[in-house]
Amino acid sequence: MSNLLEIHDLRARTLGGRDILKGINLTIAPGEVHAIMGPNGAGKSTLSSVLAGKPGYEVTGGSVLYQGRDLLALPADARAREGIFLAFQYPVEIPGVNNTYFLRAALNAGRRHRGEPELDAAQFLKAVKEKLKLLDISSDLLQRPVNVGFSGGEKKRNEIFQMAMLEPRLAVLDETDSGLDIDALRVVSNGVNRLRDPQRAIVMITHYQRLLDYIVPDHVHVLSDGRIVASGDKTLAATLEQTGYAHLDSAAA
Amino acid sequence: MGFDLAMPDLAMPEAATPNPAVTVSADSAETPDTLESFVSAANEGYKYGFVTDIEADEAEPGLTEDTVRFISAKKGEPEWLLSWRLKAFQRWQQMSDPQWAKLKIAPIDFQGACYYSAPKQNAGPKSLDEVDPELLKTYEKLGIPLGERAALAGVAVDAVFDSVSVATTYKEKLGELGIIFCSFGEAVREHGDLVRKYLGSVVPQGDNFFAALNSAVFSDGSFVYVPPGVRCPMELSTYFRINAAKTGQFERTLLIADKGSHVSYLEGCTAPQRDENQLHAAVVELIALEDAEIKYSTVQNWYPGDAEGRGGIYNFVTKRGACRGDRAKISWAQVETGSAITWKYPSCLLEGDHSVGAFYSVAITNNRQQADTGTKMIHIGRNTSSTVISKGISAGRGQNTYRGQIKVMPKAEDARNFTQCDSLLIGKSCGAHTVPYIDVRNPTARVEHEATTSKISEDQMFYCQQRGLPQEDALSLIVNGFCKEVLKELPMEFAVEAQKLLAVSLEGSVG
Ligand SMILES: Nc1ncnc2c1ncn2[C@@H]1O[C@H](COP(=O)(O)OP(=O)(O)OP(=O)(O)O)[C@@H](O)[C@H]1O
Ligand SMILES: [Mg+2]
Repeated sequence: MSNLLEIHDLRARTLGGRDILKGINLTIAPGEVHAIMGPNGAGKSTLSSVLAGKPGYEVTGGSVLYQGRDLLALPADARAREGIFLAFQYPVEIPGVNNTYFLRAALNAGRRHRGEPELDAAQFLKAVKEKLKLLDISSDLLQRPVNVGFSGGEKKRNEIFQMAMLEPRLAVLDETDSGLDIDALRVVSNGVNRLRDPQRAIVMITHYQRLLDYIVPDHVHVLSDGRIVASGDKTLAATLEQTGYAHLDSAAA
Repeated sequence: MGFDLAMPDLAMPEAATPNPAVTVSADSAETPDTLESFVSAANEGYKYGFVTDIEADEAEPGLTEDTVRFISAKKGEPEWLLSWRLKAFQRWQQMSDPQWAKLKIAPIDFQGACYYSAPKQNAGPKSLDEVDPELLKTYEKLGIPLGERAALAGVAVDAVFDSVSVATTYKEKLGELGIIFCSFGEAVREHGDLVRKYLGSVVPQGDNFFAALNSAVFSDGSFVYVPPGVRCPMELSTYFRINAAKTGQFERTLLIADKGSHVSYLEGCTAPQRDENQLHAAVVELIALEDAEIKYSTVQNWYPGDAEGRGGIYNFVTKRGACRGDRAKISWAQVETGSAITWKYPSCLLEGDHSVGAFYSVAITNNRQQADTGTKMIHIGRNTSSTVISKGISAGRGQNTYRGQIKVMPKAEDARNFTQCDSLLIGKSCGAHTVPYIDVRNPTARVEHEATTSKISEDQMFYCQQRGLPQEDALSLIVNGFCKEVLKELPMEFAVEAQKLLAVSLEGSVG
């Protein structure tokens, strides 16, 4: 089976000239769930930003193939319409823009791109209801402005709901578990599990083994100082819980 | 009443600033480098920039007493109106154009403009069939719901083309309710007493330079009278269009809502694309008697000039409403996207006890556009209240100033005002300025002023784009969100149009 994402020796720096990614190699096949762990400041969010096409970073080397095509040549919005979804570590507030309206605009942008008919208000609401049911979450956030005044946990839940609606091929969840209480963690993890699909790959960035008890990954990687310094199966996470990251850093150096 | 309508402080001299003026310009603030990539000076095509080829009946360029007499004679006006105009003209000659606004304007040659232009026609049209098909085509291009479509949309339209009101639809239907909705010229002929009673009663001839000019040379406009207790069943609507070259447009709107009546009025404006500047100096007077309510909405989309600032309409407008009775209500809502220069302060005189004034505004300046706009809320009666919500958006090299005056007169017990004034900057060559004047002469007043300035954040743009929205759509979504509180005050059909217009106006400001 062909790979969904192939990252080769990816190097990137900030526009200020600071090197953050120093040669990332990572291959992801459809249906897989990968976890990326690693110390604060290692470059995990930067990797997801570069994949999603966020301005502010310069790719200085390497390549990223997505569905066999050069991902880095596409602008951010086109990447999204091609099926890349980023659940933000810090979701952004957009005052005055209704959450439902926003989501429908996003969904229809993707549908137009794929040559599918746009959903009208009624069809859209039907889809919303189905996904709410699938994820077993309430509809309380739908009529509020995007992320405005949402609690930390509500923001994360909203990200997963958007993911469910947009049905991406590759979803990168950046610390979707942090800031969640135990019940919310269970709700969000159940949601993600229900979105596991043979056609879809999921990358979870996390600091906590606990998330991986709920969403069991196929592969676990450790990203440290801009490189992937260790990869393994789900047992790697458990080992890390015991030993920390320190010895991996020295091994890589 | 104890309030002289013509008192000079109804204008806004820069000197009388009891409050610190807040001015933020994007130049002085740091902008992330990549925002620069959002800004391009490219001016997208102005959709309404076509010229209609019609023979026009014009006055000689220039302005003298003879011009005023010519206009009045052309319109077959009664003697009282001619002398009213001449008095205005005399006042105007003694005045000079105001310099206090934050606008850079090349000197205007008032003698170079033409003060009257009417499409040549034999007699006034009796029905739509008699209207010049070229004109109708123009309206069609403008998307004006004239004719049957108007009925479906529930809109009665009075279309003013250059200086003459061309066709007024739905007069009969409104007539059954006793509502008068007609061109200003017709009102002078058919309802002279009403016009004479109220004309200049809110905006006196000598109120300011441009109002005086308008009073001398106004050519046509709209007139509305809603009788006591009547709720106008449809939105009344006027579309203004400037067509002839080098022509100034000076229309006059007079709207009277008698006791306990209710009316919502819409006004839309466009002008063809021309290299020279054109002058537009309108006057709108609203009178709301006891318990009456007037809602006046404007979408102003005059030609803004090109990316280098060539051409465009100079829009100098005096709009003022008087709540001339207890519990009267006047609400202004405006979306200002067009014009090279906008100078406009729709205001409320809260004369009646418990009267209520509101001003909701979105003003966009892109490329080289300049807007100096805001409101005046003059609290005169007891327990009066006013709300001001202003959203200024600056892009390109646009300069956007909110200028607002809240004045509480000595007898205005328990007056309340809330002002919220938000500015949004797109790119780093534009400017936003907030100039509040607060003048409180009664200690029981409560006046609140909130102001914010923000930039379109790169994070917001990226968040939208990451969900698949193209850059232009993302910008329009964020801007519409920013304007939400104002847009929701517009009548439904207008709000949709306004949202589209916001997007069109900002085209080329990103990417
Ligand atoms: N736009 C930027 N400008 C300057 N420095 C940046 C920028 N983006 C990231 N960095 C720096 O790059 C490093 C990696 O940041 P990143 O957010 O990718 O780390 P992370 O692995 O996600 O950390 P955490 O676990 O704390 O979320 C940090 O030192 C951060 O300060
Ligand atoms: Mg991070």
